[in-house]
Amino acid sequence: MTAVLGGRPEGLTTIAMDDDDLDTRGRLVVVGNGMAGARLVEEVLERGGGEQFRITVFGDEPHGNYNRIMLSPVLAGETSEDDIVLNSHDWYADNGITLRAGVRVERIDTAAKVVYGSDGTSTAYDHLVLATGSYSFIPPMTGVRRDDGSLLPGVYGFRTIDETRDLLAATTRCTRAVVMGGGLLGLEAARALQGHGMQVDLVHAMPHLMNAQLDAEAGAILERSVEALGITVHLDVLATEVLGDGHVEGVLLKDGRRLDCDLLVVAAGVRPHTDVAVRSGLEVERGIVVDDQLRTDDPDVYAIGECAQHRGSVYGLVAPAWEHARVLADVLTGTDPTAEYHGSRTATKLKVAGVDVATMGVSTPERDSDEFLVISEPRRGVHLSVVIRDDRLVGATLLGDTRKVAALTQAFDRGSALPEERIRLLVDLTDGKEEVGVAEMPADSQVCNCNGVTKGALCGAVADGCGSVGAVMDRTRAGKGCGSCKSLVKQIVEWAADGDVTEDPAASYYVPGVPLAKPALIAAIRERDLRSVSAVFAALAPGGKEDARSKMGLTSLLKTVWGTEFVREKDAEFVNDRVHANIQRDGTFSVVPQMKGGVTTPAQLRRIADVAEKYEVPMVKVTGGQRIDLLGVRKEDLPAMWEDLGMPSGYAYGKSMRTVKTCVGSDFCRFGLGDSTQLGIDLETRFQGIESPAKIKMAVVGCPRNCAEAYVKDVGVVAVGNGRWEVHVGGAAGATVRKGDLLATVDSPEAVIALAGRFVQYYRENANWLERTYDFVPRVGLEHLQRVVVEDAEGLGADLDAALQRSVDAYTDPWGQDGREPATPGQFRPALPLVALPQVPVR
Amino acid sequence: MTAPHLEVAEAPTTPGTELGSPATGVAVPGTAAPPTGRAYAVARVGDVPPGEGRAFVAGDVQVAVFRLRDGSLHATQAACPHAGGPLADGQTDPDVLVCPLHLYGFRWTDGSSTGGVGPVRVYPVREVDGMLVVDV
Repeated sequence: MTAVLGGRPEGLTTIAMDDDDLDTRGRLVVVGNGMAGARLVEEVLERGGGEQFRITVFGDEPHGNYNRIMLSPVLAGETSEDDIVLNSHDWYADNGITLRAGVRVERIDTAAKVVYGSDGTSTAYDHLVLATGSYSFIPPMTGVRRDDGSLLPGVYGFRTIDETRDLLAATTRCTRAVVMGGGLLGLEAARALQGHGMQVDLVHAMPHLMNAQLDAEAGAILERSVEALGITVHLDVLATEVLGDGHVEGVLLKDGRRLDCDLLVVAAGVRPHTDVAVRSGLEVERGIVVDDQLRTDDPDVYAIGECAQHRGSVYGLVAPAWEHARVLADVLTGTDPTAEYHGSRTATKLKVAGVDVATMGVSTPERDSDEFLVISEPRRGVHLSVVIRDDRLVGATLLGDTRKVAALTQAFDRGSALPEERIRLLVDLTDGKEEVGVAEMPADSQVCNCNGVTKGALCGAVADGCGSVGAVMDRTRAGKGCGSCKSLVKQIVEWAADGDVTEDPAASYYVPGVPLAKPALIAAIRERDLRSVSAVFAALAPGGKEDARSKMGLTSLLKTVWGTEFVREKDAEFVNDRVHANIQRDGTFSVVPQMKGGVTTPAQLRRIADVAEKYEVPMVKVTGGQRIDLLGVRKEDLPAMWEDLGMPSGYAYGKSMRTVKTCVGSDFCRFGLGDSTQLGIDLETRFQGIESPAKIKMAVVGCPRNCAEAYVKDVGVVAVGNGRWEVHVGGAAGATVRKGDLLATVDSPEAVIALAGRFVQYYRENANWLERTYDFVPRVGLEHLQRVVVEDAEGLGADLDAALQRSVDAYTDPWGQDGREPATPGQFRPALPLVALPQVPVR
Repeated sequence: MTAPHLEVAEAPTTPGTELGSPATGVAVPGTAAPPTGRAYAVARVGDVPPGEGRAFVAGDVQVAVFRLRDGSLHATQAACPHAGGPLADGQTDPDVLVCPLHLYGFRWTDGSSTGGVGPVRVYPVREVDGMLVVDV
């Protein structure tokens, strides 16, 4: 097998237009055509570098660029060679890049700025990038090499496609293999060979497997899993001699044992390829020493990937190499001449010998104050641990079960907040159905149920080049409906991109069109006295440009900040808020009058019935929020209907406090412990129409039987007897189901109203746009909320109370307001019915 | 540019197409037929509040007309090509119109969608003596 991987079809030639004298572009020469070198070229091209540079790439191997990480599946016969080609020879030709495949660079003359190839050629450069990678380390053993320095036949490294081909060929002739090295590569090789029916012994010099990534306990569990495959593991022992004359026949271990074999794979680590750098006089320690711009001690020579040593670290993983490539491409093309690389937080996720392993950061605690949580299930082959320092994740090891890897990687990379209950980092404590890891989800399983987006569609968007969660969401519309799938979408995108996801700067913005997070945005609004949405755009948006999708969130925020002093602009409102009703699929609206606490009267019901008949309302329905919904109302009928109803708006359309459900409480119920009905009415009176980042649903129940479902409301109040009330927050029973957290137990209905008020105001001021309390409460943490809201430890209490009071005082009934005098010309003019009305059959 | 062919002066031949008459027809999803080049004055400029849209009938075509805060005018078919949503009730910015039902965005430039549904038909619209004139 001598086929060139990613080669060109025979007979196809490229005519090189060698207009050296005419070409004014700089000469960029890349030495090394592996994962790092080829990625750098891609990144340079992506930044328009094809216009700036004539690019020449030297590759030691004759092949195009292939995915070295995938050699294990190729050896195992699970993946074909062709599937691991990243860039074929054609790709280089198509992009005007000169690929010198099969030519090794022997020496660099940094003074003359010329590289000399093994084929005797010399190539001048303006910028030189060394991406020479690393080579298999062959430990000193008697007999491993022949006199001419070549390896004894039957002995192979496991690093290149050619070695992989040789190994594959050997599996057909050989029966017994020894694999030297119990790290990643060694385990992969052992597993692949064993899969070809060979008897495999694994020899590892250290006391446990994968010692670079795992602690002893995890290593021992992995060892059992590997042994269970039928691979014999020998730990803590060195091989001293390779036996055989002309071909390998066995290895001799230091303890005197002899292992017979006809194939020996050496996977005992790699060493950076630094020969050419050393020969050329560049500074080399363990690797080629580079600064934060990946520059060597020669200002026009750079090094990236596994051959580079940055701040003392040499990385053996692909992610840092890709980061190097990005930074260097920024520097070389001038896209960001000040770009710097500051080291990588390395996280790996792989399948070793059939066992899922994910590791990041440290594997064991290093300081007395480090938190260390371990879940070990040797029988299942599962070992999970996390190391937490100063409330930040600094390390995690997942063996045998990597379902939580996406969330952990994110917490590790971004230093995001951790759940108070640390165990939630490792297991899901929901009572719901078992969460399936994103990796195991079938491609056709639907992720976004609102827009019908499957996992496969998300992965497709990533494959098509969407580099961030936001880009994938824009492309597929996943997560743009109810939003409950957003975290899953994020996990899948991160999984599909193998962690190579650019963080959306916009992810932290309150709204997409104004590049500020909520606290900074509020500060700017106050400081610059911005009282209308158009004023915010003019002052704070890039170029003063309006953004349609930001208007609704800004309207809500400005109302929260300014109360009655807010300058209303109808065009900045969503249609629901423009006409104070909820738009339906056929362009009609639903009308829900306020019915505090779900309590009504015969007179109210009579009026509702009359109105429903007068306006031929196609459907009258009792809602889940204990109110009555009139559905299918024409926009032009709204003001007259409100007038006839004579009831205030129930706000069943806005991002605001909606309704307070109650049970019949102590007046009638024989179990009631408190007057939940009256408290519900009082809460609804206080919070009616209060706008908030997302809708707020409340409930009050008179006993823990929870008839009005207070445990699953944004704010849920439960009477527990002796005049005491529990206040739960962050509950949900929609697309997400979550039992609320107990914020505090208080002594009176007045105390409930005060506490709920503080919570609501804190939520209004700190939650992201459209972030429901069930996301907000876990994000900020219950303990934090209790400190701020209950104990007033930060002294915010009085301000929160005052701010809420301003909003309460600003309440006006929108139906009474716009009903008589439209806010804008044609406010209630039909925008056309969409389908023949009534679409909903009249019942 | 030739003078717009205005049908205001004469009595309308299509019922419900008096000046400023609201769109009330029944619409189906999909992209509307291409313009045939007839111009209709559909409303006075002040009938469309700044930043908002209103639906009108131009001849026998239902159109949504928008007046952005920067003063620019835009007109599209009245029903969203995705599921027939009332585009006149949508939100706008200098680049796109967002349908209120499922929040699909459509570019003013060519009516193409930012979210992978069919394009919306855009019509030339201009102000003539305080009237909004749409070519359909």
